[in-house]
Amino acid sequence: MGWESWIVDTLRRALAYGTPLLWGTLGEIYAERAGVVNLGVEGMMILGALSAFAVAQSTGNPWIGVLAAAVVGGLAALIHAFFSVTLRANQYVSGLALTIFGLGLSGLLGTSWVGISLKNPLPKATIPGLSRIPILGDALFRDHSYLTYIGLFLAVVLWFVLYKTRWGISIRSVGESPSTADAMGINVFLVRYLCVIFGGVLAGVAGGFLSVEYRPSWTEGMTAGMGWIVIALTIFAAWDPLQAVGGVVLFGGLYHLAYRLQRWFPPEFLKLMPYAFAILVLAVAGLRKVRRGAPAALGLPYVRGQR
Amino acid sequence: MKRLGPFVFERRLAPTRAAILGYSLLAILAALIVMSFIFWAYGVSPIKAYSVIGRTTLGSRFGLMEILRRAIPLLLCGVGLVIAFRAKFWNIGAEGQLLAGAVAATWVALFSGVSGPMKLPLMFVLGFAAGAVWGIIPALLKVKLQVNDVISTLMMNYIMAYFVKWLIYGPWRGPTMRGFAYTDLFPRDAWLPLIRHSKVHWPTLVIGIAAAVLAALILSRTRLGYEIRVVGDSPDAAHYAGISFLGVSLWVMLLSGGLAGLAGVGEVAGIHHRLLEPDHVSLGYGYTAIIVAWLARGSPLAAIITSLLFGLIFAAGDEIKVTLQMPFQITGVFNGLILFFLIGVEVFLYWKIRVVRGGKETEWAGKAGS
Repeated sequence: MGWESWIVDTLRRALAYGTPLLWGTLGEIYAERAGVVNLGVEGMMILGALSAFAVAQSTGNPWIGVLAAAVVGGLAALIHAFFSVTLRANQYVSGLALTIFGLGLSGLLGTSWVGISLKNPLPKATIPGLSRIPILGDALFRDHSYLTYIGLFLAVVLWFVLYKTRWGISIRSVGESPSTADAMGINVFLVRYLCVIFGGVLAGVAGGFLSVEYRPSWTEGMTAGMGWIVIALTIFAAWDPLQAVGGVVLFGGLYHLAYRLQRWFPPEFLKLMPYAFAILVLAVAGLRKVRRGAPAALGLPYVRGQR
Repeated sequence: MKRLGPFVFERRLAPTRAAILGYSLLAILAALIVMSFIFWAYGVSPIKAYSVIGRTTLGSRFGLMEILRRAIPLLLCGVGLVIAFRAKFWNIGAEGQLLAGAVAATWVALFSGVSGPMKLPLMFVLGFAAGAVWGIIPALLKVKLQVNDVISTLMMNYIMAYFVKWLIYGPWRGPTMRGFAYTDLFPRDAWLPLIRHSKVHWPTLVIGIAAAVLAALILSRTRLGYEIRVVGDSPDAAHYAGISFLGVSLWVMLLSGGLAGLAGVGEVAGIHHRLLEPDHVSLGYGYTAIIVAWLARGSPLAAIITSLLFGLIFAAGDEIKVTLQMPFQITGVFNGLILFFLIGVEVFLYWKIRVVRGGKETEWAGKAGS
């Protein structure tokens, strides 16, 4: 195999594996930019995966499945928003509760869907024009899921919104200094609610991608810790949607490279690679002092009139 | 102070014990109510479900013993997490630390060559050490490289789970197990004694209760306990007082991981007598212990009670699976609900609510303005 096809193959696999990570990370970036950590990504993803599969299988239309995943993810995030924003509960514990609850509920409701393969998975597409670009065209724009393309496009749009629009200023100021934002007339609670719910919608779609496209089937606990990797990537990407793309590709690439080593290592070691990478990328981020990008009010509930 | 109709809300700085107990019970009750809707939606009468659970767990000796046996790993992990949470170290990794202890115990039992009366103590010592090592790594990563403790401890769970899988499918697979992914059975001198007609490995239970008492003493009476509390309550004050963040983090995770490791020793030496699939060694005890510790609100002694409560939920999960044919994951749903309601009622802990009669209204309104 020549080096060109080697690069193309690695990039392709990196993107396919990374698509749910990208959707999840983009969502978590928005929630955290508004000052709310949501450790419930794993729970929202698994609920999204189950609802996408169940609806896609029942209706025969995978897109309705993805839509259902988005709605369910958003509703799950609404629970977290209520506890962390309105009740000002500990965000870490609320997110953990959401993950425990989501894993439990999907296991409870998903038993009848186990072991069925989806009739109509999400189709793949090639983008005309762009796919003609040498090397990159084959790697990025040929035979990927629609959700991969939408995810990449979304990253650019979300970056633009965050840094170049009034909405972005509102979101960032709510995450940096909610009391200042409040004084400027921004509705802190509304912004936080919307960002957390938006994050949930994206996490739901991320889960849906797994069950109606990547696998395409439903198994209990099929997200297998991806939700936690999303949270690691959010930090690694320094809360920046464009850097998230880089992080996801790097992560997916490392993961794929690990698979190339399967001749020399037992499969269990390759399977634990992503989790080891997640720690590794955070350690690298620590060395790079990425923490400077963290929203100042991250994790802190806002009480009006109190500092 | 705020008012809403006839109700006056006053802030209080420290919640009373009675308020904590009352609101915790309220949270559990609320979770039970939501749970009955889930039973109902699943086509099972909630009354029948709860009566089955009550009869088979609290209503029989066998049931009570099952609760006790489930409570043992929850207690050990829970006490460790109480210590970690007091220092605001988010150890979500008890599951992996438990498995590390189980691996070390298995090594002593099958491969160390040690035998006789020193074998079980050695299993506990090395189990503690293995759990502690698995806990200390995230502590170092957090202090030295600012690696988020939630993520690192969680990832370490997955890494240890796959390590256990590798052991039982690879080098440690038992030659006498006919191709199943288990290690060989431990020799008899590596089995923990049980309370008669039960699966309660009482030595681990005794260690668990001793650990709770010791942890309470450490937190309230020692310099380390003081430093843990300062780091947890006010990191700035800890900084100015010259308390070593690294030192406290390492101690906290050594104890927290070590205790979880002991829980792993108990599970393999008391129940399974071999190393097997990670999710059979532990049914998510390390994750449930997070709720055990949160409900205990920083008190290791309270963890004795809360671990029994969640032991009951695990025992109930078994019964629901057998008697009502519902998946065991129902325990996860219930655990998540309890955790939500617990943090939900927390808001009320810091408010004193009183009813004010019409005549006094003006007086209160006046005070509120001042």
